[in-house]
Amino acid sequence: MTIADTKKVGLSRRNLLRGGLASGILVAFHLPLRKADAVTQPIAAARFAPNAFIRIGGDGITTLVMPQVEMGQGIYTSIAMILAEELDADFSRLTLEHAPPDDKLYGNPMFGLQSTGNSNSIRAFWKPMRAAGANARAMLIQAAAARWQVDPATCTAANSEVIHALSGRSFAYGDLVEAASALPIPKDTPFKNPDEFKLIGKPLKRLDTPDKVNGKAKYGIDAMMPGLSFATLAQCPVFGGKVAKIDDTAAKKVPGVRKIVVLEDLVAVVGDNMWAAKCGLEALNIIWDEGPNANLDSEEIWKQLRVASAKGGAVAKTNGDVTKGLAVGEKYEASFELPFLAHATMEPLNCTVHVKKEACEVWVGTQIMTRVQSEAAKAAGVPVDKVIVNQHLLGGGFGRRLEPDMVIAAVRIGRHVDGPVKVVWTREEDIQHDIYRPIYRDDVAATLEDGKIVAFKYRVAGSAIVARWLPPGFRNGIDGDAVDSATDAPYEIPNFQVEYVRAEPPAIPTGFFRGVGPNNNVFAIESFMDELARKAGKDPIAFRRAMLGKAPRVQNVLDLVAQKSGWGKLLPRRFGRGVSLQPTFDTAIATVVEAEVDDLGEVRLHRVTLAVDTGIAVNPDTIAAQLEGGIVFGLTAALYGEITIDKGRVQQSNFHDYRMLRIDQMPKIEIHIVKSGEAPGGIGEAGVIGSAPALRNAIYAATGVALRKLPIDRSLIAAGKKS
Amino acid sequence: MTTVLNLNGERKSVDVPDEMPLLWVLRDVLGMTGTKFGCGAALCGACTVHVDGKAVRSCLLSIGELGERAVTTIEGIGVTPVGAKVQKAWLDLEVVQCGYCQSGQVMSAAALLAATPRPDDADIDAAMAGNICRCGTYKRIRDAIKLASSERQP
Amino acid sequence: MKRPSYRITGGGIAIAAVIAAGVAWYVHGPGPIDFSQGPKVALSEYKAADPTGVPATMAQAGLVERGEYLARAADCMVCHTAPGAKEYTGGFAFKLPFGTLYSTNITPDKETGIGNYTDQDFLNAVRRGKRHDGARLYPAMPYTSYTYMTDSDVLAVKAYLFSLPPVISKPPVNTLAFPFNQRWAMTFWSAFFNPDTRFQPDTSMSPEWNRGAYLVEALAHCGECHTPRNIGFALDNRKKFGGALTAGWRAFNISSDTKAGLGGWSDDDIVSYLSVGHAKGHGTASGPMGEAVDHSFSKLTAPDIKAMVSFLRSVPAVTSPDLPDTLAPRAPPSHKEGMTANALGKSVFEGACVSCHGWTGESSISPMATLTGAWAVNDPGATNVAQIVISGTKRYTPSGALSMPSFGNSHSDAEIAAVANYVTARFGSKGSKVTEKDVATLRKQAGQ
Ligand code: FES
Ligand code: FES
Repeated sequence: MTIADTKKVGLSRRNLLRGGLASGILVAFHLPLRKADAVTQPIAAARFAPNAFIRIGGDGITTLVMPQVEMGQGIYTSIAMILAEELDADFSRLTLEHAPPDDKLYGNPMFGLQSTGNSNSIRAFWKPMRAAGANARAMLIQAAAARWQVDPATCTAANSEVIHALSGRSFAYGDLVEAASALPIPKDTPFKNPDEFKLIGKPLKRLDTPDKVNGKAKYGIDAMMPGLSFATLAQCPVFGGKVAKIDDTAAKKVPGVRKIVVLEDLVAVVGDNMWAAKCGLEALNIIWDEGPNANLDSEEIWKQLRVASAKGGAVAKTNGDVTKGLAVGEKYEASFELPFLAHATMEPLNCTVHVKKEACEVWVGTQIMTRVQSEAAKAAGVPVDKVIVNQHLLGGGFGRRLEPDMVIAAVRIGRHVDGPVKVVWTREEDIQHDIYRPIYRDDVAATLEDGKIVAFKYRVAGSAIVARWLPPGFRNGIDGDAVDSATDAPYEIPNFQVEYVRAEPPAIPTGFFRGVGPNNNVFAIESFMDELARKAGKDPIAFRRAMLGKAPRVQNVLDLVAQKSGWGKLLPRRFGRGVSLQPTFDTAIATVVEAEVDDLGEVRLHRVTLAVDTGIAVNPDTIAAQLEGGIVFGLTAALYGEITIDKGRVQQSNFHDYRMLRIDQMPKIEIHIVKSGEAPGGIGEAGVIGSAPALRNAIYAATGVALRKLPIDRSLIAAGKKS
Repeated sequence: MTTVLNLNGERKSVDVPDEMPLLWVLRDVLGMTGTKFGCGAALCGACTVHVDGKAVRSCLLSIGELGERAVTTIEGIGVTPVGAKVQKAWLDLEVVQCGYCQSGQVMSAAALLAATPRPDDADIDAAMAGNICRCGTYKRIRDAIKLASSERQP
Repeated sequence: MKRPSYRITGGGIAIAAVIAAGVAWYVHGPGPIDFSQGPKVALSEYKAADPTGVPATMAQAGLVERGEYLARAADCMVCHTAPGAKEYTGGFAFKLPFGTLYSTNITPDKETGIGNYTDQDFLNAVRRGKRHDGARLYPAMPYTSYTYMTDSDVLAVKAYLFSLPPVISKPPVNTLAFPFNQRWAMTFWSAFFNPDTRFQPDTSMSPEWNRGAYLVEALAHCGECHTPRNIGFALDNRKKFGGALTAGWRAFNISSDTKAGLGGWSDDDIVSYLSVGHAKGHGTASGPMGEAVDHSFSKLTAPDIKAMVSFLRSVPAVTSPDLPDTLAPRAPPSHKEGMTANALGKSVFEGACVSCHGWTGESSISPMATLTGAWAVNDPGATNVAQIVISGTKRYTPSGALSMPSFGNSHSDAEIAAVANYVTARFGSKGSKVTEKDVATLRKQAGQ
C-alpha cells in the first residue's frame, strides 16, 4: 500500500477533464497541470472515475483520492475504509493520493472549503464518501450484470470483484472500467447496513504507516528536486517590527551562502544547504526597527483582557433567568485563565517554492490546500490557476497548518531566488513566530441551593479566531468556537447563560490549536463543577451525574469511566483522582486522571482512564490512538505550556523552555470505547480537552488547592500544601 | 573539504566543512531525508542516528567530530535484525501518528534493544526520554519496544 | 562585678584601635605578585624585556590596533555589553546581594558614553575608579587590577574605544540599597584598597613570567573572580587564586595546588583551556569563564598565553578543603549502575541532558560536552552545575559554536536542585545536596 508519488503520474488536469466530460462523468484528477507538454500526453489506460474520489484503472488498481490531509490522525485510512466499504474494494490493494486544491471537488462540506480541522473530517465526509463508494459499486455491478445479462440485484461485490453467485461467475473491477464509465451515475444508491460492514469498525492497519517507520515518508520538509537551494529566515523578534538595516559582510563570507534576501519584515539567507543558510543567518547583523510593540509584555496583555472581560459581552446562549437565579442561594465565583500556546509541530514550519515569471509551484504539508494556492498566487503575483500545490504528509498539524503564513513567506523569498528553494524555519523561529492559541479569561458564577445548581453564568473573553479565519462564521458578536462546549454543556441547569467577549490581544497573532475553543470551555466549567461539588458536599461524579438526565450518552460514559477508573476506591496520601466531562465534536467523553503531588509541588501522573462514545467507531484503533495522543498533548499543555511575552517578543524558543511531556512521565492510559450505532463524531481534538481539567481536579482532590490557571503552577501547590 | 563517511555500510564522500552537523549532510547533501530535523539542539531526538551502534543526535554531531565512525540511519536500520524487529513491532502495534518523530524513535529503540535485549520500564525511560513525540505516541512506543524484545529474531 | 564605666570606654578604645589595626593589616594584605618574593623594580628600571604593551608581533601596529588587543586582554567588552545589545554600550547587570549595578556605555557618545573623557579622565576612571564627574566607581569595575597598567596601554585602549561608532545608550539606573547607593563611601574604600601603583616587574623572574604577570594581574584581572575576598570586599592575596564564588558561579582554584588547583594540569591543558575553553579530561569553560575565553583569551597570541601559564604555575598552592582529592572517573554506561537514587533528578537528566552528556558522562557529540573530569561535577557545592542548568552556556570552538540551552525558565527549583544533585553524584566523586532554596539564590545571582 503506498501513497502514490505524484511525480510518476503523468495525467494532466485538462486531459482528465476532457476525457471525463466526454464520457459524461465527473472525473477525478490527482495531478494539476504540471507542465505545458503534459497536455499532449495520451490519456492513460482505460479508467473508471465515477467521482472525485475513486479511480479504477484497467489493471484493477484502485486509487482513492484523499480530500482531507494526513497529519497523524489516520484520516487517510479512515476515509479509505469508508470508501472501500461501500465500494467493496480490496483494501489490501489500494493506492492513495493526496487531492489537489479544488474547493468544489474536495471542499470540506462543514467548512465550505478544502480544509482539515475541527475534528470534522469523518463527520463531514461520512455521507459523501459512502455515497461515492456505493454509487461506484452500483455502476460496476450494473456493468457486470449487463455483460452477463442478469438482474443486477442478483449480483454482489466483494474484494474488487463483482460476483454472480448463482452462476459462479465473477469479474474483476479492472475488467469493468470501460463499460462502467459509459453508465450514468446513479443517485441515492442505498448504503450498507452497519451489520453488513466488513471494514468499518475493524481496527485495520493504517495505510500511511509503513513508510513512516523506514524513513521513506515524505513530509513537506523532505521535498527534494534538482537545483534546489535551501533557506532559513529571521523575522523581527518583536511582533510587527521591520528590518531597519543589515550588515551582511560576515554572512556573505560564510561558505555555501548564495544569497541574502531582505524583505520589509524578514531576512532570509539562501545557501547550498540548511547549515550554510543557518550559519549565514547567524553571521548576519540585522538591526530591527522594533515598531510600536517593543515594550509589550504579558502583564499588559493580561491587563487588557481582564478589563475587556469585566465589561461583559454578547449572550451566546441563555436558559431560564440567570440574573434571578444568581440571586438565589449561595453564590460562588471564580475566574480561570489560559495562556498563549505554541503548536510546536514536530516538523518545523517549512515550504518549498519555485517561483517563475508566470507560474509558481509549491511543495508543502498544509491543512488548507486551496487557501495556500490562492495566497501563493497573491504573493507570487500570478493567477491562481498558475499555482501548483503539491501536498505532502504533515509532521503534525494541530491547527498550525491551518494558516498559510509559511507559504506566503516562502513565496516572497522565492521571488528573489532562481530555481526552487526550500525555506525551513528553525525551531526557535517556529516557536517565536507561531500563530498562538489565544489567552482566554473565563469568569464563572453560580449559585447553589440544597446541593443543586440554581444558576450558572459563564463568560469567555478572548480572540475571535473564527472572525479572522472564516468571517461568515462570526455572527452577532459570537465566536462559535470560543464558546462551543459551553453552549453545548450537557448539564441540566435551570438558569444558564453563556456570554462571549471578543478581546484581541495586542500584536500577538492568534489561531486554532488542537482542541480549539472547547479546551478553554471545558477547563473552566469542569474545574468549577468540582469546586461547586465540594461546596455542595457531594462527590464530583455524583454531583455531575444528577444533572445529566437529558444527556444519556454523556451519562453513560461517566458511569463507564467511574467504573473503569475505580472511582471511590481509597488512594494513598497525596494522591488524587479528578474527573472531567465533555460533549465535544459530537463525541461524549469522560476522563479520570489519577495523580500524585509531593511537598515541592511536583506532579506525578499515574493513570488516565477515558470513556468515549463517538458513535460508529470507523477505526477503533485509530480512535484509541488519537485519544491517547490527545491526552499527552493536553497534559503537556496543562503541566508546562505557556508562551510569555517580554519586550514585545516571545520568551520561549525551543524544547528546553517550551517543555514537552516525555515518555518517562507517562501515566498508564486506558481508553474505553462505547459501542454505538450513531453517526460518527469527531475525535482528533477530543482527547486533548478533558485531561487538563481532570488533572487539575485530581490535584484539587489531593491537596485542596484550587488552581485557576494553566499551566499548573507548582509553587502554588507547594505553598498550598504547607499552609 | 572532502570527508569520507562510513554510512549504512557504504563509503560516501562529501565535500562539506568539518563543522557541518551530520544531520544536514544526510538531509541536504545526500538527500537522505529519513533523518529528521526537529530542534537542532539535541532536545528532541528526531535526528537520531547510530554511530558505532549507539544512538546519537546528528543535529549537533559535526562531521569533523564524527570521523571514521560507522553511521546507520533510518534508511539502513531495517537490514539489521534488531531494526527489523523494531519496525515490525511499530507496525504491529500501530505506534505511528504523524510519524515525524518516528525515525528518531525507531533509531533510539533499536539502539536500546541492541544493548539491552530485554529492557524493563526504567531502561525504556532511560533510552527514550530524549525523544519527544508531539503526537503523544509514548504509550505505544513502550508497548512496541516490549513486543520487539519478546519476539525472536525475524 | 561592677567596673567604672570610664575604664570600659578607655579599654574599649584601646582594644578597638588594636583590632582596627589588625583588621586593616589583614584586609589590606599582600599585593597580587608579592608571593614571588624577588626584588620588584619600577618598569623604567627593568631592562630584560618590556612586559607591558602588545606582543612583539604587533610592534608595528597602530595605536587603535594595539588598543584593541589590550582591550580584549582586559576583557572590557563582556561587562560593558548587555545581552543582545551593541558592543560596549553598557547595561550589563551585576546582580549583587544589595541590588543591581549596571555597567556604563563606553562608546564615544558624548551624552551617554565616554565621548567627553580627556586622557586624564580616562586614566582616572580605569586606574583610580574615579568618574569624569568626580564620582566614585564601584569596584565591579576592576580598577584595582587595571591600576597596574601603564599610561600608554590605558591610552591605547582609549584610542580603540574612541575609534568605535558612538552609540546613544543609557543603561538602566542602579538599584542599590542604602548604604551601598552612597557612592561617596567608595572614596574610602578606594583610598584603602587601590594601591594606585603601576606594575613592577620582579627581576628574579624570567621576562616570560613578568609578561604573564602583567597580563594576568593588570589586564585579565583573574583574581577578581578566582581570589577570595576578605571582610572589606577586597581580594585576599594570602589565598591568591584559591577560588571563590562570583555572580552565582564558582571560580575554581587556579593556584598550583596539585589536588584542587592547576598543579595537576599540564601546560598544554592550561593553554588549551585558555585558548579554546576546553581541556581534554578537565571539562569546559562556561559561564563567565566561557565568556572570558571567547572574548579575551582566545584572541591572545600563543606566546602571551604561554606567558600567562608560566605565571599561573608559580602561584603558591592554596588548598580547597571542600573539594575532593580525586576527580571521579567515567560513570558506568548503564543508568542502573552508579547513581541510582533521586528519581526526580534522574528523570530530568534522562529527558533533557543525556542526549548530549551520555550516561557515562562522556559525550558522543563533542568532547566539550563531556562531564567526566570537570571540576564542576566534582564540586560538592554543585554551584556551576546548577547554574549552567539555569543559565545555559554557549561555546565557540574551532569546529563551530556549541551551546547548552538554559533550562531555568521551564524547570522548577526543585527539579534543578534534583538534577544538579544527580549529576554530581553520578559524575563527581561526592554528590551535592543542593536544595531548591540554593537554586533560588543562584538564580538571583546569575549575571543576567
Ligand atoms: S533535531 Fe536533533 S535532537 Fe532535535
Ligand atoms: S508521531 Fe507525530 S511527533 Fe511523534
